[in-house]
Amino acid sequence: MSIAEDKILRTEELTLNMGPQHPSTHGVYRAILVLDGEYVQNMENVIGYLHRGMEKLAEARTYPQFLPYTDRLDYAAAMLNELGYVQTVEKLMGVELPERAEFIRIIMAELQRIASHLVMIGSFALDLGGFTPWMYCFRDREKILDLFEMVAGARMTPAYMRVGGVMDDLNPEFIPELKKFIDSMPASFEEYDNIVTGNEIFIARTKGVGILTAEKALAYGVTGPNLRAAGIGYDLRKVAPYSIYEKFDFDVPVFYNGDSFDRFVIRIEEMKQSLRILEQAIANLPDGPIQAKIPRVIRPPEGEVYHQIEGSKGLLGYYIASDGSNKPSRIHIHGPSFVNLGALPEMCTGLMVQDVVTTIASIDFILGEVDR
Amino acid sequence: MDKTTSLEEIITLLVEKYEGRLERVEDSLDAAIRVKDQLFFQVAKELKEEHGLDFLTDLTALDLGEGKFRGIYHLMSWKPYRLLRIEVDASGEEPWLPSITELWPAANVQEREVFDMFGIIYDGHPNLTRILLSEDFEGHPLRKSYVTKSRRK
Repeated sequence: MSIAEDKILRTEELTLNMGPQHPSTHGVYRAILVLDGEYVQNMENVIGYLHRGMEKLAEARTYPQFLPYTDRLDYAAAMLNELGYVQTVEKLMGVELPERAEFIRIIMAELQRIASHLVMIGSFALDLGGFTPWMYCFRDREKILDLFEMVAGARMTPAYMRVGGVMDDLNPEFIPELKKFIDSMPASFEEYDNIVTGNEIFIARTKGVGILTAEKALAYGVTGPNLRAAGIGYDLRKVAPYSIYEKFDFDVPVFYNGDSFDRFVIRIEEMKQSLRILEQAIANLPDGPIQAKIPRVIRPPEGEVYHQIEGSKGLLGYYIASDGSNKPSRIHIHGPSFVNLGALPEMCTGLMVQDVVTTIASIDFILGEVDR
Repeated sequence: MDKTTSLEEIITLLVEKYEGRLERVEDSLDAAIRVKDQLFFQVAKELKEEHGLDFLTDLTALDLGEGKFRGIYHLMSWKPYRLLRIEVDASGEEPWLPSITELWPAANVQEREVFDMFGIIYDGHPNLTRILLSEDFEGHPLRKSYVTKSRRK
């Protein structure tokens, strides 16, 4: 039968491989898409390209030796990973921290949250074809990394926190520089709004795209800004304050559509709240020691503990089982990106290929934390 | 669910109901219970549907040595905030545990990870394959019997 005789056009499903080296997969992540025309029928995540065996490595390291490894989990939010880890070890040992150390930690954690959200909104816009917003976001993120360099000597992997406190006290120039940064941000938010949030193309490509309903989010264990963009205002800093968060006055932004647009806007709103926390932390920063008295060799008592903090991507949990020696018997890292990514195939089913790119960018995962 | 029932009361209730097959873990930093594997699915379902612990926050496992494994689950309720650890000893030559993917889709990827790292079989899992390591990887690296090569002696 010739083509001319074949009146009915034959169609078939197409399996499309996306990644692992794909500009919009944010690292080495691969998706297998089954397409009907341009619509996604089925999607499968393929991960593990960045697996370094962190949890196994931890078994051969002492407690302080493992700290720099946590920087390499979510490498866009190193300070938050450190905070979760040292707090878990402290909970196991029952250490009380001097107040100044707690304040310094909160300053670093909130700065890191802003830096992480800036990466997200910058790369989100980049994935949709806007290169300029990326530059704006990285200009501001650079200021935060400079602040980290000032106190810790490193920008991305500071290894600044210690069990029982922090590595070093703040430089005299730190607070003035931080104030300058805080003052510069409102103008930047206006720029982001003008260049991205109010952009017609951006709105058309994100509104109503990749909807994650509240029920689905909870069932899939999705946490962090992604959950709060689906209408559920759960933030661990409010629900179960750890460290000294109960001392701060801040709001938890909530959006109700659960689409990519809301997941973008909520991050800008969260940055504004983080700035509020920073202002209060500077105003109330007490003097005093930055390190609690802890034994020279850290040997937590035998036992198990689970501790979680509100990371920049969701609940970051550490489970540590100690056998009483100076090395952990087991460390399990609950990376929010790993769990959030589990909800992605369902979110993308039924979307067009271009919207898959939007949705991937909007849930903001970091492969270092997914693969560990 | 009665929001005023405290976590302690829930645990006491369960310990009395499943006498001998469910026990409280004493001297634990977090509230924790230990359940027999045959009972685990039922208890998890009960905690989710009747006691408001409806959020699976973490799922992992422990190697206890001598071929014994333990499943570690952390269930949570957001409001009021509660966190409960459930420990389930896996039995059998080939360690297995019941899958809770049916109750929480969140368990899907996490059970696959534990299968990958510990070789624990999750009975009832829809797609139990390796997730972080490649399909041709031999062994399960987080088992204590898996010794990594070290350059530091």
